[in-house]
Parts: sequence; structure tokens; C-alpha cells
Amino acid sequence: MTQSPLEIWGLILGLGVGTFLIRFSFLGLIGDRQLPAWVLRFLRYTPVAVLPGLVAPLVLWPAATDGAADLPRLAAAAVTLGLGLWLRNVIVSVLCGMATLFALLALLG
Amino acid sequence: MAGAPFLLVILPFATLFGVVGTEAGLNLAQVMAFSVLVIAGASQFTAVQLAADNAPTLIALASALAVNMRMAMYSASLAPYLGAAPLWQRMLIAYGLVDQSYALSMTRFETDPSLTLPARVGYIMGSFCILAPFWYGATLVGALAGTAIPPGIGLDFALPITFLALIAPALRSLAHVVAASTSVLLALLLVGIPYSLGLLIAALGAMAAGAACEVWMERRR
Repeated sequence: MTQSPLEIWGLILGLGVGTFLIRFSFLGLIGDRQLPAWVLRFLRYTPVAVLPGLVAPLVLWPAATDGAADLPRLAAAAVTLGLGLWLRNVIVSVLCGMATLFALLALLG
Repeated sequence: MAGAPFLLVILPFATLFGVVGTEAGLNLAQVMAFSVLVIAGASQFTAVQLAADNAPTLIALASALAVNMRMAMYSASLAPYLGAAPLWQRMLIAYGLVDQSYALSMTRFETDPSLTLPARVGYIMGSFCILAPFWYGATLVGALAGTAIPPGIGLDFALPITFLALIAPALRSLAHVVAASTSVLLALLLVGIPYSLGLLIAALGAMAAGAACEVWMERRR
């Protein structure tokens, strides 16, 4: 890291302020005005539209293996998703997913 | 207390950020400032990663902000439920609008439309206030532990595991499954587009696919 402390603090403050403005955007500007029905229909799918796309590359091409697909992580992802669909319980899915990952990493190490 | 399960996710993730930030060359105040001012792990990792690679500060900033653009959509989807709250409350809600508090609150607001505005504000602020001290604290622990935590034990995968566990119960209808599948497909196809813009395009396409599927299902009924 060759940046000056000033540049690092600029990065931190810029990211903090910018992220706040992104979060505040619609809550702040729109207030309690009702959005049109088609906008609400779009927004109903926000979580399932963003998070799967965020996760898919992380699962298939993990940074920890320099982007090579890797059995422990694929298996852990499958266990987490499968249990989540079956039990609809977030905590059990996370615990079993991480347990699968640790077990396979230890076994295949 | 519905926020409690997320601690298992937040603790390793925040700890990891503390470790990674310290190892990248940030001092304690800088690592903590990231977690207190930004509270968005994926973008914090992006910023630190690019800074460690000696990318220009503006590029690091733009990339990290792009990772957080999904939160504009969170903000928009919460506006109908919380938009009538006083400005200072909306500012506090915005500060604490993280993936986990959003997921908890949207589920609650959708399943219980009779909730009053103060109850909604209390719920989303409460879920953040339960999570925040652990986020800050675990970052501190990670920063202090520094290099003591061995690499390669798989903490890197806490984020994908968390998100998968969140996604699964949200696949409530065919339209949700269509949206999620579209998101995965487009995100993988567009992964080469810089600054996470591919994810934003994939998300917009997935929302359109979900909405179109919903309209189609209503017509068939």
C-alpha cells in the first residue's frame, strides 16, 4: 500500500458519505408519496435479483483459490442452499454450510 | 431477537475485515473508521483490496460505491413502508441500512401489513442496533488479532454462505425463482464488466423478469 494517510482517509470518508447517500436516496427523497404499482412490482424482486448475482461468481470462482472452482466451497454452497429451501431456517443453513466447508477443507486440505 | 442468527454471520465477516485491513497496512483507527462509517463489508473489502493493489484512490472509491448501489434498491423498496417517518429517523435508518437489517425488516413488513409506522421504525432500528455493536467489536478483535488468524480456514466463504441462506427462504413463488435464476445467469455472463456494473445490470434484468413473470401468472389465473 503506497497511498498517503490523506488518500486513505479520503477513501474511507468518501465511501462512508457516498454509501450513506445511496442508502438515504429513496427514503429521503420520496418520503411517503406512493410509488406507481409497476415500480412496486419491480421492487418486490430486489433481494432475489441482487443477492444471487452477487453470490454466483463468489461460489463458482472463489477469490481464496484465485478463481479456481473448488469442491469444498461448491459443496458448502449446495448444502446451504438445499437446507435453506427445505427448512427455511437461516441459522441452521449457515451452520451446516460452514460445517461442510470446514470438514471438506480439513479432509481434502 | 430475530436478528440473533445473523451474528453468526456478522462476527466472522467483521473479524475477517479487521484481519485483512490490518494485513493490508491500515492502522487501527483506519480499520475501525471503515466499519463504523461504511458498515458494508463487501464494499469495505473492495476498497481495501484495490488500495492494497495500489489502484488510484478514485477508482477504489468508485468500485466500492458500485458494490453498494444495490442499497439504492433497498432504500426504494423500504420507502413505501418508512417514507412517512420524520427526517432524522429516516437518516438514522439510512445509516444502519445493511443487508441483514433490510432482509429482516422487509420480511416483517410484508408478512404483517398492519404494523404501525412507529413499530416499523422501531423494528428496523432495533434489528440494526442488535447487530451494530457486534460488527464494530468483531472488527476490533480482527484488527487486534492481525495475523494470528491462520489463512485458509475458509472464513472467506462466510459471505456467500450467508447470502445463500438468505436467498433460499425468499424463493417464495415462481416469479422469485425466475428473478433469482436471471440474476445468476446475467451476473455470470457480465462478470467481465468492471466496477461491479455487471451485477447492477443483472439485478435490473432480474427484477424485470420477476415482474414480468408475476404479470403472466396473474393473467393465467
